[in-house]
Formats: sequence, C-alpha cells, structure tokens
Amino acid sequence: MSNSSNKEVLLSLKGVDISFAKDGKKFRAVKNANFDIYRGETFSLVGESGSGKTTIGRAIMRINPLSAGEIIFKGKRISGKISKEEDMDVIRSIQMIFQDPAASLNERATIEYCVSEGLYNFHLYKDEEDRIAKVDAALESVGLLPEHKSRYPHEFSGGQRQRVGIARAMIMEPELIVADEPISALDVSIRAQVLNLMNKFKEEKGLTYLFIAHDLSVVRFISDRIAVIHLGRIVEIAETEDLFKYPLHPYTISLLSAVPMPDPIIEKQKDLVVYDESKRDLSGPKPILQEIRPGHFVFANDREMAEYEVKLQQMEKERAELDK
Amino acid sequence: MSERKIILSAKDIEVKFRVRDNYLTAIRNVSLDLYDGETFAIVGESGSGKSVFTKTFTGMLESNGEISNGSIMFEGKDLTKLVTDKDWEGIRGKKISTIFQDPMTSLNPIRTIGSQITEVIIKHQGVSAEEAKAQAVEIMEKVGIKNAANRFDEYPFQYSGGMRQRIVIAIALSCHPEILICDEPTTALDVTIQAQILQLIKELQRDLKFTTVYITHDLGVVANVADRVGVMYGGQIIEYGTAEEIFFDPQHPYTWALLSSLPQLGEKGQDLYYITGTPPSLYNKILGDAFAPRNKYALKIDFVEEPPFFKVSDTHYAKTWLLDPRAPKVEKPEVINNLHEKIEKMTSKGGAFYVEQQQ
Ligand SMILES: Nc1ncnc2c1ncn2[C@@H]1O[C@H](COP(=O)(O)OP(=O)(O)OP(=O)(O)O)[C@@H](O)[C@H]1O
Ligand SMILES: Nc1ncnc2c1ncn2[C@@H]1O[C@H](COP(=O)(O)OP(=O)(O)OP(=O)(O)O)[C@@H](O)[C@H]1O
Ligand SMILES: [Mg+2]
Ligand SMILES: [Mg+2]
Repeated sequence: MSNSSNKEVLLSLKGVDISFAKDGKKFRAVKNANFDIYRGETFSLVGESGSGKTTIGRAIMRINPLSAGEIIFKGKRISGKISKEEDMDVIRSIQMIFQDPAASLNERATIEYCVSEGLYNFHLYKDEEDRIAKVDAALESVGLLPEHKSRYPHEFSGGQRQRVGIARAMIMEPELIVADEPISALDVSIRAQVLNLMNKFKEEKGLTYLFIAHDLSVVRFISDRIAVIHLGRIVEIAETEDLFKYPLHPYTISLLSAVPMPDPIIEKQKDLVVYDESKRDLSGPKPILQEIRPGHFVFANDREMAEYEVKLQQMEKERAELDK
Repeated sequence: MSERKIILSAKDIEVKFRVRDNYLTAIRNVSLDLYDGETFAIVGESGSGKSVFTKTFTGMLESNGEISNGSIMFEGKDLTKLVTDKDWEGIRGKKISTIFQDPMTSLNPIRTIGSQITEVIIKHQGVSAEEAKAQAVEIMEKVGIKNAANRFDEYPFQYSGGMRQRIVIAIALSCHPEILICDEPTTALDVTIQAQILQLIKELQRDLKFTTVYITHDLGVVANVADRVGVMYGGQIIEYGTAEEIFFDPQHPYTWALLSSLPQLGEKGQDLYYITGTPPSLYNKILGDAFAPRNKYALKIDFVEEPPFFKVSDTHYAKTWLLDPRAPKVEKPEVINNLHEKIEKMTSKGGAFYVEQQQ
C-alpha cells in the first residue's frame, strides 16, 4: 500500500513559505511546507484554527502568493508568474469547495446560474442546449433535480446548498478539488451525505481531493493520507492507518485525544492531552520533516528522531502482539 | 431522581411564528423538568427547535414569535407571563444566562474586554467600579486567560476565537446564574479548543454549582458533558433519558439514525449512514409521528396518530409506537448495537482512537 513509486504525483508543494504583514511585521503563516498529492487520492490537512490550512488551499488556487518555494501541478510550476493559457487551465482544473455553503453562492442568482457560472466564464459549452445538458448532469450527480434550477440558494437546506457548491465545482470537470472544511457547518446527518458524495466522485471519476478539516474522526473516514499542521508547520504526514496506529508527534496525539467519542462512559473518564510546545524539550539542532518509515514523515531533529524510533519500534512490537 | 429538586419546569410549550400571512409551529407541546445542578443536553438536526425552545426560558423569541400555549415555572413564577424587560429583570442574563455559538455576535468589537465584563457585574451586583474590576480579573483567570490583568484593556480582535468564547463564558458567569444555557458554544471552534472549553464549563459548574442546558448536534459533545439528554425532532422532544440510556439503549428510530450517521462509526470504503428525505414542514399540521416519512421502521399507525411517550425506565421515555406492546419487535441498526463495546475497542490499545497517556 505504501509503495508510492508507481503513483502519479498530481500536485506538489516544495519548500512553500507564505507570509503576511501583521502590525508592520512579517508573519509566517506557512513555514517550509513540503508534500505531494497523488492522483486519485484524498489527502487531508488537519490542524487547529489559524494553523494555515486555508492559506495553503488558497495558495494552490493561486490566490495567496508564495514568499518562497513553488507549487507544481502535473509537472508544471503554477505558482508565481505563468502564462495566461496556463492560468486558465489551472483555474479550470483545480476547483474549491468552501466551508460555508451560503456564503459561496450568489444569493440573488438562480441555481442554474450558480452552477453555470464557470461554463460562462470559460465558454465551456457549444450552445445553450449543451450548457443545459451539462447543468442537468451536474445537478443529477449530486442528487438534485432539473426542476431545482429555477430556485434560489436560500430556498435550499444547508446540505442541499453544499451539494449545489459541489455541482458548481464538478461541472468544470476538475482534476483536483480543494475542499476547505466543506462539512463543518453542517448537521451530522447531512455531513454523512456530503462525505459519501465526495467518495462517490473519487471512485467514479478518479477525482483527487485536498480535504481541509480540524476533526480527525471525519478525516479518518475520508482520507488516504493525512498531514498534520501546527502553527504553519507540517509536523507529521502518514497514510491514514499509519497515522492512527503510530501517531508520533505530540501534537498529533493531542488532536487524537480531542476527538469526541459517542460514548458517555468513555468520554467522561477521558483525559485531554493538551499540546504545549513551551513544555517540550526543543534542544538540539533545528528539526526538519524526516521520513521515519516509508511514507511516514515526522518533524524532528536527530535527537527526537532517535526517540520516535524507539517509540515506534515499541508500538510496532505491541501491534504485532495484538495481531497474533 | 424523583427526590432531586426541580429548578425549572416547562409544560406543554407551543411556540408559533408569524411569517407573512402564515403561521408556523416551531415547538409542539414540549414538556421538560430541569433538575438542580444537572447538565441536560438537547440534540437534534438543524431546525428541530432546540434554540427556539430554550429561548422561551429567557423571553428571547423574535418579535414575530409567541408562546401560544403552556407554562414555564421557575422560582414560583410562570415565565410565559413575563412580557416587558422590566418583568424579566433579575432573571434574564442574571439567574438564567445564555452563551451563543458565535462569540463575536455577543461581544462589542469596539469596547475593551474588561469594560464588557465589569458592565455586567455592576449592573447585576451594584458594586463599585473597582470591586467590579477585581471580580472581572478573577473570573477571566478562572476561564483560563493568562495575564488577565494585563489583557483587561484589550479589544476582542486581539483575542483568538477560543479566547473570545472564554470571555463570553466569563460574562455569562459573572452574574452567578442558576441556569446556564449553552447554545452550540463550541461549533465554531476547532476540536482542541472545543475540548478545553467543555472541560472549563464542567469545572466551573463543579465550583459554582449551576444547572447547564447544552444545545448541540454533535453527539460526541453530548457524551462528554451530559447527565441527561433530550432528542428533538420536528419541534418536539421525542426521547429523553440519562446519557447512558440514550447512547446505549436508544428507542426512537430518529435517535438510532442520529447515532448511526456518526463518522466515528464509519468504515472506510463504505458509505456512511445518512437520513434521507427532508425535515417536516412546520407550516402544516403534522399527522402522526413527524419522523415517519423518513423512517424505514415506520408502522402504519405512525402516519395517522401521534405516539404518546412510552416509559422505558424511571428516567427514560420515548415517543414511538415501536414501544407499544402490539408493535412488531424491531432491532436497532447493527452499527449502533453494542456501542459501548465498539467504542471501548476503538479507544483501547490497538484501536483507531487509542491515545497513549503521557508519562
Ligand atoms: N490575508 C491575510 N492577512 C493577514 N493574515 C492572514 C491572512 N490570511 C490568513 N492570515 C493569518 O494566517 C494564519 C493562518 O490562517 P488560516 O486561515 O490559513 O488558518 P486555518 O488553519 O485555515 O484556520 P481555521 O481552521 O480557523 O480556518 C492565521 O494567523 C491568520 O490570521
Ligand atoms: N423568528 C422566526 N421566524 C420564523 N421562523 C423561525 C424563527 N425562528 C426560528 N424559526 C423556525 O423555527 C424552527 C426551529 O428553529 P431553531 O432555531 O429552534 O432550530 P435549531 O434546532 O436551533 O437549529 P440549528 O441547529 O440550525 O440552530 C425552524 O424551522 C426555524 O426556521
Ligand atoms: Mg481555514
Ligand atoms: Mg439553534
């Protein structure tokens, strides 16, 4: 499973830094981010509020400029200056779904217009008949009906609006979708609906996702691989199963402990693991993101690496015992 | 349970809203007794009436709404009879206090944090400005703001989302309420901060001994905080019981559906369970069990006659015809069978959500 050599890298971040000016000072919102997203996978970015998840998503969408590094899409650099043609291609191939379905739709436009907007902007239809056929197909693919076309966003439930947002992205036939907390604002049951829908497109169309969230329980269900980000720094990357079986970085562990479990007995005796960087031993050389097992990366210096190695071997031994 | 003191008792509450020339019934004959010192959680999907129901406890319905039936007894008074702000004085924001989802809407962006807390203290306790400041700093520290004295004169935008929510909690608690209503206090926050805020409210409740009502659609949060749980659907409480009863022995198919759709229970590569169809329209009279059209376990009678509450235990009641002795025996869905055993497995060594305790 972790043999990544035969997978096609669709998107890659290389040494990406993103800074903002804050109170006259430079503020590094994203610090030296490095990761690859393979075609056809769901790659998730988890971390607490303000950790830089949206900033990364917006950089991929070419909205936030980088202050260092580059972003490569299908082998070509898409960060910084690119030709108009390439720009058009990227805008089409990478679509975004937003957290708040209401805010991302024009309240005064009909559903038909909302879904057609990208087609209009890029003249991606032969004639009216073709455009309508495309809109109908996109609506159908998210479980909405052609008769919904003449309605307005406010006449839909939250889950339906989010599905309109997905239809709007899907009609562009993108290769990558950046889904920025697409379900955080939704009800538990509607969440389930939207997650299922995203999985369906992945299977049927080989779509690739960058999924942004702060809740590991959702991320576990939907992702192939997960990157954990803390204060702009990616601290751990692993395949989903590995991250849950062998979490190494203390911040990953604190995120794991914060997942609320639907069980009053267990929840009430649970101890929170609060991550406090100031209480950690940060001595030794500067840490970097290092591969500790194939596909499993952790942000550490050599001293920490040695500690993680001991811990990991211990966990692997215990796992082997359990599996017997 | 019966010996415990009831602090608030809502009976047969009905709430209607006027929308253009129409009326919609948001709350349909809901009764609830709150016990002194308990934590009661209300869960249910968006639009089921959680906020509207609890807004009646503080007379905060929007002006197009009215309590068209029922009574709410609190300290010998019927709260449904209170009208003017003067009537509510000493109760709303004092004895019964509410924390809302978005801390930004409850804080004034252009006034300092400190002045917003002291204002409430002065208003409700009539103490001097100096005394109020001392109390404010103390409560800021209590809700976990480090360096409270130094941060007293800062503005809301200088605080993070989690810290702002702590301030809202500080304000709500600064008048020592008897009942604290938390309307989705953590949905806008990320899981780590959410967990800390929940812990904070619990600790404060232990110290200050108030009753808490939690409103949320996150069952994980409910499991963490609640002594008792009420499940709302279509403007009614359709099941209530202790947290253990609701999670481990749920009776209403809607409660089953809610539990089944949790992502924690999802198997990778398989679809998550979700509730099909849409919630009932509140404009029309609802016949029978409101959940029936979306319920695959619905009986014929569910479409014509509203079920009464059936008793499951002294503390557990559910409004479903499935509990009628004449009903066919129906098992709850497999995903939520033996829920405790399943979650225990997930959270112990070798399970997906096992967390090693730090040394
Ligand atoms: N345009 C901007 N100007 C200045 N600072 C910004 C800008 N955009 C983001 N930031 C800052 O960068 C940091 C990362 O923000 P970002 O929105 O990426 O966080 P996030 O991980 O998406 O958080 P959330 O879970 O709350 O959405 C924050 O400190 C934020 O205040
Ligand atoms: N002022 C109002 N005018 C008309 N209808 C209203 C008004 N306030 C609430 N409602 C309706 O009453 C019903 C119950 O709303 P309520 O806000 O209590 O839902 P809720 O369970 O709190 O949902 P959520 O989880 O989305 O907060 C909804 O159908 C809502 O649209
Ligand atoms: Mg964000
Ligand atoms: Mg509400």
